[in-house]
Amino acid sequence: MAEGRVRAFQSCGSLIRPASAVLKHKEFMITPEVLTQHGLTDSEYDRIKGILKREPTLTELGIFSVMWSEHCSYKSSRVHLKRLPTKGPIVLQGPGENAGIIDIGDGLAVAYKIESHNHPSYIEPFQGAATGVGGILRDIFTMGARPIAAMNSLRFGTLDSVQNRRIMEGVVGGIAYYGNCFGVPTVGGEVAFSSCYAQNPLVNAFALGIFKKDEIFYGRAKGTGNPVIYVGAKTGRDGIHGATMASAGFGEDASAKRPNVQIGDPFMEKLLLEACLEAMQKGLIVGIQDMGAAGLTCSSCEMGARGGTGVELELDDVPQREAAMSAYEIMLSESQERMLLVAEKEKEKEIFEVFHKWGLDAATVGYVTDDGLLRVKQHGIVNAEIPNTALADEGPVYQRPLKAPAEIPISDIELYAFLDGTDGATIQKFVDGKTSCGELLKLASSLPNLCSRQWVWEQYDHMVQSNTMVGPGSDAAVIRVKGTSKALAMTLDGPAFRVAQNPREGAKLMVAEACRNIVCSGARPLAATNCLNFGNPEHPEVMWQFSEVVDGMSEACVAFGTPITGGNVSFYNETFERDIYPTPVLGMVGIVDNLDHVTVSSFKDAGDSILLIETPTRLIGRVNLTEERTLQSFVSDAIHAGLVKSAHDVSDGGIAISLAESCYSTLHRPAIGAMARIPQYMDACKDLFGDYSSRILLSTMHASDLVRRAERSGLRCTEIGRVGGDRLMMEHGGKPVVDVAIEELESVWKQALPKLLH
Amino acid sequence: MKFGVIIFPGSNCDHDCYYAVKEVLGKPVEFIWHQDTALKGFDAVILPGGFSYGDYLRTGALAKFSPVMREVKGFADKGGLVIGICNGFQILTESGMLPGALMRNVTRKYICKYLQLSTETTNSPFTNQLQKGQLLNIPIGHGDGNYFADGETLKRLNGEDQVVFRYHGENPNGSLESIAGILNAGRNVLGMMPHPDRSSEQILGSTDGKQIFESMVNALAGAGR
Repeated sequence: MAEGRVRAFQSCGSLIRPASAVLKHKEFMITPEVLTQHGLTDSEYDRIKGILKREPTLTELGIFSVMWSEHCSYKSSRVHLKRLPTKGPIVLQGPGENAGIIDIGDGLAVAYKIESHNHPSYIEPFQGAATGVGGILRDIFTMGARPIAAMNSLRFGTLDSVQNRRIMEGVVGGIAYYGNCFGVPTVGGEVAFSSCYAQNPLVNAFALGIFKKDEIFYGRAKGTGNPVIYVGAKTGRDGIHGATMASAGFGEDASAKRPNVQIGDPFMEKLLLEACLEAMQKGLIVGIQDMGAAGLTCSSCEMGARGGTGVELELDDVPQREAAMSAYEIMLSESQERMLLVAEKEKEKEIFEVFHKWGLDAATVGYVTDDGLLRVKQHGIVNAEIPNTALADEGPVYQRPLKAPAEIPISDIELYAFLDGTDGATIQKFVDGKTSCGELLKLASSLPNLCSRQWVWEQYDHMVQSNTMVGPGSDAAVIRVKGTSKALAMTLDGPAFRVAQNPREGAKLMVAEACRNIVCSGARPLAATNCLNFGNPEHPEVMWQFSEVVDGMSEACVAFGTPITGGNVSFYNETFERDIYPTPVLGMVGIVDNLDHVTVSSFKDAGDSILLIETPTRLIGRVNLTEERTLQSFVSDAIHAGLVKSAHDVSDGGIAISLAESCYSTLHRPAIGAMARIPQYMDACKDLFGDYSSRILLSTMHASDLVRRAERSGLRCTEIGRVGGDRLMMEHGGKPVVDVAIEELESVWKQALPKLLH
Repeated sequence: MKFGVIIFPGSNCDHDCYYAVKEVLGKPVEFIWHQDTALKGFDAVILPGGFSYGDYLRTGALAKFSPVMREVKGFADKGGLVIGICNGFQILTESGMLPGALMRNVTRKYICKYLQLSTETTNSPFTNQLQKGQLLNIPIGHGDGNYFADGETLKRLNGEDQVVFRYHGENPNGSLESIAGILNAGRNVLGMMPHPDRSSEQILGSTDGKQIFESMVNALAGAGR
């Protein structure tokens, strides 16, 4: 899906000459009902007439409606997104193309991006999620990069409802179906539950690809007279108006929108990948773009706008799956696994040979022109003639009203974000502190927001391509880069409950945590991509949340030196007019300069010391960025100096849950115990389970050395215990507070999700 | 000594196998396109994992019609080493080069995880570097790995020492007798669901899979290749 954001807003100076051919026109009355069906306002319609200097045809109205939809035009978010930091010395491509690109050295670059497929996944979970994966993979390989890793961030309603369980099973199954067959390892991600997602699950798919930095391809139509070639699957009636659907909330009629959801074919996409990369390698392609949201419309007008050219399409030549499709239907179809490319005239035949070798359809469907217009012809009649820039760059932009909500009531789960979505009795147990910490640890380990996600990631092929050094379950995934001595680390983070409590601070927390995860895996954070899932932008409170999140995220990304190279905005996440939590999700990419630095969250050997390192200021739901940077650079230096055996970010569920996670079994050893003394300055229950920001657990053979170094940096570092035995034990004030067999705890943790899903 | 890795449309472990042979073993290797009709100069052929033809109809059911498969059969008939990994195993059973069939996992879900295999025989060109009973850490990644064969076939496989690997401990997919890999009667064709190509380097978690490739190298070297 090509969703440029923060495009330069050019003045609409060029006037349109009268169409050279006769526009098919006037057989259709554009009534207020028709405009509503197309999600266009009266003022937007006036703007269309102003641009065309006439009434639009139905096909033109359809084209405008998808290109000016929230999903494609970013009309509500654009004014805010401009404030994000998008530049840096390693950024080769920022927002505005199919994906962001950064330089990772050795002559290599990576393209990566995250994108939402929320609305389709509610209507039809399996296909919605599957095509979400397909779309993001196309965004990567359309630039010439071979996808080498995928991740996903998922949000569901609570699992006590049959519908939510069905949605979750469908979404996970759909991601597995598509990614596994395509052959990209799904190496990580996150899953969280809250009642606000009950009828609006979030499915955010991330993909990353690698290529030589001088072999990048762009979605630009260049060279008057060059053929525009259509490759991949045939066009059907599926997905018509998908982009418009993704730009409206759901009411009672959500299931009636099922025909709007596309069907994915990962096998076709795999062939498309190989054929496109082969054609690129042979130097046959001038410009290329996938057909995602708004299909043929979006790919053709965006390529024309970026290339400063016109594109003339002859729809009779478009491969079609169904009979008697209208121009409107062909232009708006969102059939999957299709690409549009521009080639030099004399290389047309060679292109066809490559695609035919892979068993794919390829057809010349038009030409690049010099008039800047998207001209659509069918059966000898011109159905549309619109300036490309009017569609791609000159959509409406709204400065929507912002309003801080009446104060958010302090939640009774303030300290324990993981309790969000659980029942009152469970919450009470943590709040009143009458239950023993040992019992609470077992309970917490079985809760949906903290239990093992193995049921999810076992369904994903996370090893294909034989690069996965660290797969799902650690702080960040780590992928070896073949042909170099480097690896890439990546993580997705979206602390929605904290963002809902305080959007600006929650967004900073998100960036800090993502960087912390990267650092704990032995890597340096490089750059990020984001997926901003919000409610209805026509609600001033939602726009306020959005604006605050952008500012918080910007401040933190500047502090960590990690530009945001693109991403996606998803508004209208609401059902029955209830907005979801503001849910930004950040995808952070880092680099490991030496494979010996790769570090995981699991303890290694009995006898190792366990260190807890904290920033001097203890905060909940907010973060001191200066101190956080000190913490991260300390841990990073310690890892690079070879002093660290394991590193684990202490996040949801606090010290107790993090210690337990580090103890669980790995490929290389069975579950191992640990003994930890909780420092006197802490409160047993609150510190064991509360998610204070900016804490990291390390295991090491060099405890005293590290404690000295940490104190020199002004950090609080305590040797709290040792790895060993088969029980997880904790003491506070000289008294035992937790004593559980680690195998028993691991089995509770592992079996919880399958049990919740039945 | 030259290895070949066949690329079917939808193969997705082709590059992994290529890398394991070339970079890990340091042996010559070339890709073979599924429409090729000659297998000249190869000493061992790998049918890699993936989703050939999108698993349409049944896993491996369409790949058996690829022109190259006739050559692979001829190559095996002349004693050439053939290893089918995951989807490659499925293609070998569909094409009749190995007995039995691979059905949907009993869990009805795709499963990707490391598990243990026990080495059932060392009398093969794929296991001559292993010890009988040796446990190997090798991952699986499949939705259709549930091995089935009729009673007579099973008896023959056991009687003729053709079962090469069994899952040790947990049986992840419902395979009869926990079978994870089998040989043909000539002992020069191996099909296995687990992935030695994903477990040939320590940084990926295990080097146990490498011993299978090393056994092949050893067998070929012994034969003067």
